[in-house]
Order: sequence, then C-alpha cells, then structure tokens
Amino acid sequence: MIKLVHVSKSFRDKQVLRDVNLTIEDGETLAIIGGSGSGKSTLLKLMIGLIRPTSGELWVNDREISQLPEAELDKVRLGMGMVFQYSALFDSMTVGDNVAFGLREHTKYPEERIQQIVQEKLALVGMDGVESMMPSELSGGMKKRVSLARAIAFGPEIIFYDEPNSGLDPIMSRKIDELITHTQQALKVTSVVVTHDMVSACRIADRIAMLYEGNLLAVAAVPEFRKLKDPRIQAFLQSAYVAEEEARE
Amino acid sequence: MVIRILEKIGAVVIKWLQYVGEVVLLVAETFQQLRHPPRMRHVFAQMSHLGVDSLPIVLLTLLFTGMVMTLQVAHEFIRFGAQSTIGGVITIAIGRELGPVLVGVVAAGRVGAAITAEISTMKVTEQIDALRVMATSPVGYLVVPRMLACMVMVPILTVFGDAIGVFGGWVIATSHSEISTFLYLNSIDLFVDMHDITGGLLKAAVFGVIIAILGCYCGLKAPDGAEGVGLATTRSVVSSIIVIFVANCFLSLLLYQ
Repeated sequence: MIKLVHVSKSFRDKQVLRDVNLTIEDGETLAIIGGSGSGKSTLLKLMIGLIRPTSGELWVNDREISQLPEAELDKVRLGMGMVFQYSALFDSMTVGDNVAFGLREHTKYPEERIQQIVQEKLALVGMDGVESMMPSELSGGMKKRVSLARAIAFGPEIIFYDEPNSGLDPIMSRKIDELITHTQQALKVTSVVVTHDMVSACRIADRIAMLYEGNLLAVAAVPEFRKLKDPRIQAFLQSAYVAEEEARE
Repeated sequence: MVIRILEKIGAVVIKWLQYVGEVVLLVAETFQQLRHPPRMRHVFAQMSHLGVDSLPIVLLTLLFTGMVMTLQVAHEFIRFGAQSTIGGVITIAIGRELGPVLVGVVAAGRVGAAITAEISTMKVTEQIDALRVMATSPVGYLVVPRMLACMVMVPILTVFGDAIGVFGGWVIATSHSEISTFLYLNSIDLFVDMHDITGGLLKAAVFGVIIAILGCYCGLKAPDGAEGVGLATTRSVVSSIIVIFVANCFLSLLLYQ
C-alpha cells in the first residue's frame, strides 16, 4: 500500500504539489491524470523516491520513506518497477542485458536462470526473440514493452508507469493499455499510471485521481469519476472525448 | 550601486562554493562506494575505452613536445658548453612536468569530454533515474569504474608519453644538434633520479582522478536537453584543465621541494 499524507513539493519558489493526501491499495490500478505541469510526474517521482517531499509523509508498505537514506531507500525500491515516459533503456546494452540488469545487480542467480527469466518476461510483453537487439533498433512501442519487461523482471509488487502512451499511435497506445491490464492481472501488482490520456485512464484504471495545478481535485472509481460535477474535471473529460472523436475520424 | 555589486560578487562566491561543495560530496560518495567490490568488467572496459584509445594522440603530443623542446634548448646549452646535460634536462622536464601535465590536458579533452557527454546523455534520457529506480547507485555504477580506470590509465599513458618525449628529444639532439647518443643517454643516467619519474606518475594518477570526477560531476549535473549536453561537456573540459594546472602547482611544491 502507498499512502501520501499532506505531501507538498516545491522547487525553489515554485510549489508543484500542495497538501496531497492519497492512498493506493494493494493490487489496484490507479491512474493519475491532469494537464501538463499539474504535478503528475513529480508525484510519481516522489512515490519512487527519486525526489523528496518538501513536507508531509510518504508510506510504502507501512514504511515511511520520505527521509530514508539512499541505501535504505534502495531496499524499498527493490519491490518497485518503473516504465519511463521515453523508456529509459540503457542504450549501450542489448535488450536482453537491459531486462537482466536488476537480476545481475541484486541476485546471485546463475546466468542460465537469468536468461530464462529474461525470455519469460519478454514473452509476457510479446517481445520474444529480441534479446540480442539494441534499443536503437526498436520502435517506440517496442521500447515501452521492453521497458515493462525490465520493470517486472525482478518481481516487483508495485509498478509505476510515466505517460506509457505518449508518442505512440492510437493502435499501439491501445496495445500498451492492454499490456498494462494483462500485467496487472497476471502478476497481481499494484499499478500507478500517470497519464494525460483520459481514454487510456478509463480503460486501465480501477480508480482515477486528478491533479490540477498541484492540488488533488478528486479520487474516485472510474464510473463515479465520470459523474463528478467539478467544472475543471468536466472540462478535462470533455476535451478527452473530443480528442477521442477526432482520433476516430 | 555598491550593494548591487556586492550582491553580484556574493552570488558568484555562493555559486563557486556550491560547486566545490558538490564536487567534494561526489568525491566522498565515490570513495564510500569503494567499500563495495568494484565492477571489474566495467573498469577494464573503461580502461580500454578511455585509456587505450587515447594512446595515439598522447604519443603524438609528447613526441613533438620532446622534439621542439630539444630544438629550443640545445642551441643555448651548446653556447654555454652544457651539451652534456641536455638528455638529463629534457628527461627531468618531461618526467616531472610536461609528461603528466600534457597527458592530463589531452585526457581532459578526450576522456573527460567523453565521460561527460555519455553521462549527461544518460541523465537527459532518464537512464540515471532508471539506475536509481533499480536500486543501483549511479555513483557506484558509473563514477567508480571511470575513476579507477582514469587513475590507472593516465599514469600508464604518461609512461608512454615520457618515453616517446625523451625519444623525440634524442632524435633532434642527434640529428640536428650533433650531440651523440652516448652523451644524451649518459646525461640521463647522471642527472635523472627515479623520483623524477615516479613523482610525475603520481601526479598523473591525481590528474586521472580529477578528470574522472569532474567529468562525471558535470555529466550528472547537466541541464536538460541537447544544449545541456554540450554545455556540460565544455564545462567539464575547461574546469578539468584549470584544476589540473592548479593541482600541478601544489603537487610540484609537495613532491619536488
């Protein structure tokens, strides 16, 4: 379980998040939506410990992580995986080495076992047989899939996705959504998805949280979220439907 | 007016102190990471990538430095009847100063720039964040192997540089200044102490650490975007060269006084 209690974050004079309270239950998929600059990615980076909050508490599995030293934080991160917006694959390594990275760093598994896990995880994301390819040889969608394989290779309990659909065409975007749902069902992990794509959020999430100028406007299950009357939420929903209609046309 | 000038001076001083403080913290963290066994595969890869590939340019630089230096001093030494000391003087100058400093400058330009460009690109493309998310210290994974590689390879490059520099001096001394091979080698034997060479190699090891640390620091602190990579690379080369010259002065005082 992830719990944020009165979390705020400022960069110099600019306050990016204001008094955010949020609880993410085990096994659920939460989509965090909001416009550009609303603080979505900052919230994600806080949860994984890449940045620290200016104030407030951050609990991951009953452990307060906001003030943990980096070495202790690493132990918490072993139970997490992350799919980055631009995949962030190590470009000097093959796809296989990227997926095997965490296993080689943190386990003493023999190489055969590591290779077996790499193949399993790549197969799970529909990318079998690309172990020897370099990331530069892959398309955007393929990179996202490999990034997901890397994130799940170590068997995390929580997976964070930062804009998993950005830069992808609608068909690939839908496939990535299906993959996120499939991974969640197969591995029973907690998923936190940051996206500005409302359609995608409705497809994959159990609940949706909306950020607006650093404030958490609402958190609700998808059907309830659609019915919320807040004009800022309605404006976001309507613009998303317009974008979907345009994409269909 | 006066307050504004003082504010600007204060801002520059704070910026420099912050820079120095962050570099010191990176050095401390790097040495702290040395408690864990280093990833030797990465160290050797860096030694090959950063060291071996720099050998041709080091040889070229020191060969011509040795030749030009002999060309300049031989004429004057002969005028004062001191031709029997030329080999020793050239070897001491190259071994103590020119070898380590020139190799340091060449390495700062080639190796330091390569380190910064690579690490800043990794930062811009979130690969550094990916390392942290996978519970891997970027300092342990990226900085330690580069620092060890530079600490070993810059002295090794200096050995080759010293040798080719002295050889270049011999070529000019025997072909242009009519000094015999025996006289040249005999003066080396008479005047040069082992400490002249080992002191220079010690300096080279320190320069290697400076190049790697500043190269990594500038990469890890690179501003976002392609422009950030360029800025960081320039900053790395310039600051490495300046620090090498300053450190060389203090090391010379320490080692040879």
